[in-house]
Amino acid sequence: MNWSLIIKTAIRDSRKDRSKLLLFMSSIILGVAALVAINSFNDNLVRDIENQSKSLLGADMTVGGNRPLAENLVASLDSLSTERTSELELFSMAYLPSKNESQFVRLKGLTGNFPYYGKLVTEPVDAASTYKSELAALVDDGMMLQYGLEVGDSIKLGEVMFPITGRLMNSFGSVDAGASFAPSVYIGGQNIEATNLIQPGSLVNYKEYVKVYKDIDLDDWEDVRRKRFRNEAQRITTVEDQRQNLQEAFSNLNNFLNIVALISLLLACIGVASSVLIYVKTKVQSIAILRCLGMKSEEAFMVYFIQIISLGTLSVILGVALGSIIQVILPLVLQGFLPYEVNMSISPSAMIKGFVMGVLITSLFALGPLLGIRRVTPLRTLRVSDDVQQRDPLQWLIYGLIFITITGFLYTLTDSLLDAIVFSLGILAAFLILYGVAKSVTWAVRKFFPSSASFVVRQGLSNLYRPNNQTLTLIVSIGLGTGILTLLFILQGLILNNVEDMGVGNQPNMIVFGIEADQKEEIEDLTKSFEMPIIQHVPVVTMELAAWKGKAKKDWLSDTTRTSRRWAINREARVSYQEKMPVDDVLLEGTYTGVHEEGDSILISLSERYSDGLDVEVGDELVWNVQGAMITTYVGSIRKINFRKMESRFFILFPTGVLEDAPQFLILVTKSPEKQTTADFRNAVVKSMPNASVIDLGSILVTLNDIITKVSYVIKFMAGFSILIGLIVLISSLFLSKFQRIRESVLLRTLGAVENKIYRINAVEYASLGILSALTGISLAVLGSYLLAKFVFELDFNLSWWPIFGIFIFIVALTVIIGLWNSRDVVKRSPLEILRNV
Amino acid sequence: MILEAKSIFKKYKGVNKELTVLDDINFSVEKGEIVSIVGPSGSGKTTVLGLCAGLDNPTSGSISLAGSMISSLSENEKAEVRNQKVGFIFQNFQLLPTLTALENVMIPLELQGRAKGAKDKAEALLERVGLGGRSHHYPSQLSGGEQQRVSLARAFSNDPEILFADEPTGNLDEETGAIVEGLLFELNKEKHTTLIIVTHDLELANKTDRIIKLKGGKIVSDQTIKATAQI
Repeated sequence: MNWSLIIKTAIRDSRKDRSKLLLFMSSIILGVAALVAINSFNDNLVRDIENQSKSLLGADMTVGGNRPLAENLVASLDSLSTERTSELELFSMAYLPSKNESQFVRLKGLTGNFPYYGKLVTEPVDAASTYKSELAALVDDGMMLQYGLEVGDSIKLGEVMFPITGRLMNSFGSVDAGASFAPSVYIGGQNIEATNLIQPGSLVNYKEYVKVYKDIDLDDWEDVRRKRFRNEAQRITTVEDQRQNLQEAFSNLNNFLNIVALISLLLACIGVASSVLIYVKTKVQSIAILRCLGMKSEEAFMVYFIQIISLGTLSVILGVALGSIIQVILPLVLQGFLPYEVNMSISPSAMIKGFVMGVLITSLFALGPLLGIRRVTPLRTLRVSDDVQQRDPLQWLIYGLIFITITGFLYTLTDSLLDAIVFSLGILAAFLILYGVAKSVTWAVRKFFPSSASFVVRQGLSNLYRPNNQTLTLIVSIGLGTGILTLLFILQGLILNNVEDMGVGNQPNMIVFGIEADQKEEIEDLTKSFEMPIIQHVPVVTMELAAWKGKAKKDWLSDTTRTSRRWAINREARVSYQEKMPVDDVLLEGTYTGVHEEGDSILISLSERYSDGLDVEVGDELVWNVQGAMITTYVGSIRKINFRKMESRFFILFPTGVLEDAPQFLILVTKSPEKQTTADFRNAVVKSMPNASVIDLGSILVTLNDIITKVSYVIKFMAGFSILIGLIVLISSLFLSKFQRIRESVLLRTLGAVENKIYRINAVEYASLGILSALTGISLAVLGSYLLAKFVFELDFNLSWWPIFGIFIFIVALTVIIGLWNSRDVVKRSPLEILRNV
Repeated sequence: MILEAKSIFKKYKGVNKELTVLDDINFSVEKGEIVSIVGPSGSGKTTVLGLCAGLDNPTSGSISLAGSMISSLSENEKAEVRNQKVGFIFQNFQLLPTLTALENVMIPLELQGRAKGAKDKAEALLERVGLGGRSHHYPSQLSGGEQQRVSLARAFSNDPEILFADEPTGNLDEETGAIVEGLLFELNKEKHTTLIIVTHDLELANKTDRIIKLKGGKIVSDQTIKATAQI
């Protein structure tokens, strides 16, 4: 091959046409930018998790569970360190006398020098060092702001009034959503007991923060002891565990963002393929001349391959640069969504990954249309009609490589080959459906052509199947863009609707727990005095599983062949008893026994999940330790619980006549009509029963809504990328189609068609394309969201059609406007001027 | 003999039946001869030209061009023969729109790997056709006659043994056509090239050594004209 001539010709030939490829370039730039921005963000996130996990945990290791640490385990910890902090954490109501308000809080009582890494940030600063030694409370800054509290105000926790000595500006150890609706309050550990909040049934967690001797290998230590701690229902968390937890917590977000980036890149690739296809079409005559003058087919192919790949690579480089700039903006978008600050810096690995993926996928998508160059015959110099295109077997190779590349990329995201293949097949199916629709449309318009329609309609519609039509390109690109946009809208709406549904109608919205048995009538009277219904008022007895199927718990735990799950064995069972099975539950096996007769066996009812977890069946024996007393029971029935109900649900239900005398507390479920009643009722409960806690589901819903709004903001920002690229693809397809249509429009003008008529012909064509693409995209989105809602998110599928209709109108209008805008200069300029330049 | 066509058939498959465009064409052309192929529209003139120039393959029969059995060569081998031994002039000029006049003329030489000296030779040829001052203009900046003159310069740039011209004056007015025609014969004489012209124009055909008349895909007459010497 004559390389110097090939390169020279590539440069010369592109001179006058580079502007035609500007849109081709911009779609690659944006696609690669999305990929690089997201990957850089991911790298920075991982790096910061790595760097900050120690200070986020505050120690080298924590050991925690819902019971105090057993003596033998304490001794084991002593071998690790001399520095340890004990934490007692419980969820409780806090009363704010200066504001006459109450709030559900996460109360932490600490002793020791915690944190060992990082710093407890308070305002004023010295409050962090003094609160443990005196009667003082540090209160979450967000809560202080919400209630307008100042340092010096008081907060009542249980039976003790604490002065607030500082605002808590950060917190340790937790990244769960609970932190949002139960703000943290820190007090000295020695003051917890006086509050009298630790009662049977209180939700208490015990935790030890340990600073480990430097020369100890914590992994080895943990490997040996993890099992022993687990058997005592204590969980060990090391810095490494914390790092993994954090990474897992963000991997879903990251996978989602990566998939959005991939879709952006794919949309960009449609832009690449369609621009190159049309570019090649405009070059066919030049290729034929070169071939006629003696250029070999592979040399002619290389001329255009070099042109496209050079511009593609340049675009990828620009995309990498833009992506690196955009990643600086991402943290601003994600602000409030992350538990800590992410420091942004350039990520070389993300840039390399973006570059390689960008060049690879751009080349593959460009190669498809470029391969056609090999088949351009020199005979075209003599006859325009000799343009029979046969299927090129190499095209199938390219399609295969595209599929493998996308699957490979998805595999790097998901670490699951099956997921990667399923997702790639999903994309392929969407493409094929859109392709099928486009083909059917051209066929159907031709077959059922409205011959009696007006000239304008006939011209506009026939443009859908005439040579050089844009039907396929536009339906695939606009359809896919619309599909993604609609899918995001539908999913967001579904999630929000399902959350809101929980707060409407007769669904309960308030739960009071921790009520002592002798307060039963008092709380019922109080609830009635607020004219609120008592939807559920049930006793709760805490107990532990001691033995089952004739074998003690200890023996089961050391049995390596056991099939029972650890969570089912170790959970502190909160059991209720009632005569009738809850109406929303479904009996799967056995018979529900509501009343226990003296002398009979005690038949209990288990939830399906619990019986599966424990691997027991109807008839199996279970022995319970009810605060010292052993009770032998048998599985009488297995139920399926309806989790969509907001009421308390019990995995284990006893019949009446067994547990009435056991230590117990009560749970009351009610519904408050509005916010003020909720606040008043909450205050009344805290004042008369400081041990009881009120959870306002309404405020949890608001918090959830907040989180979802933040998530949807992130989704919208990233989806914006896809949409922007979709629009560029749309503009570039329409822009390039102008070159295809120019001769026809000019001829029509020469033959006397007035401006208005040409606009109307184009409007009919673009409106048809817009309507068909939008309808197909929306149908795909509805189907996709139904499948996702049903099988992934397990949500009720109720569509709200108005926003979808809005998207439809938007897409159709946009297609028509861009189409007409494109044709305006063909219409405005003189036919002669254009004829000379065609 | 520089060109020999033996028993050429060209058929296309139609929807229901086969369409025979060329039906047993036989002729040969001697080196230095100037031959015109004439006939009504659809008689197969351009098809004969395409086949003889190695732009297409016959359904059956053989074509020998400048010593090569062109009908049995691969696409790339044919490209090589075209580049080394053949020149073309088209009715619609077929200049590369993104190349300047000079670059268009240089292209066949560059394809031969003769980049050195290509520029000088191309400039001289442009000068010869009267476009010395327009060498850096793009085809869209030139008139039809000027574009065909660039095309002439390009056709002779690789010193072809044989030149194929498809209606060289078909797209030009009478006056411009006459200028291009004159240049074509002058250059041909200077370079001693064999010339095959496909044309409707009997006046032009009468200026050649020999007229091959086609009708319905068959040669109906092959006549040598004595008046050639007058040109």
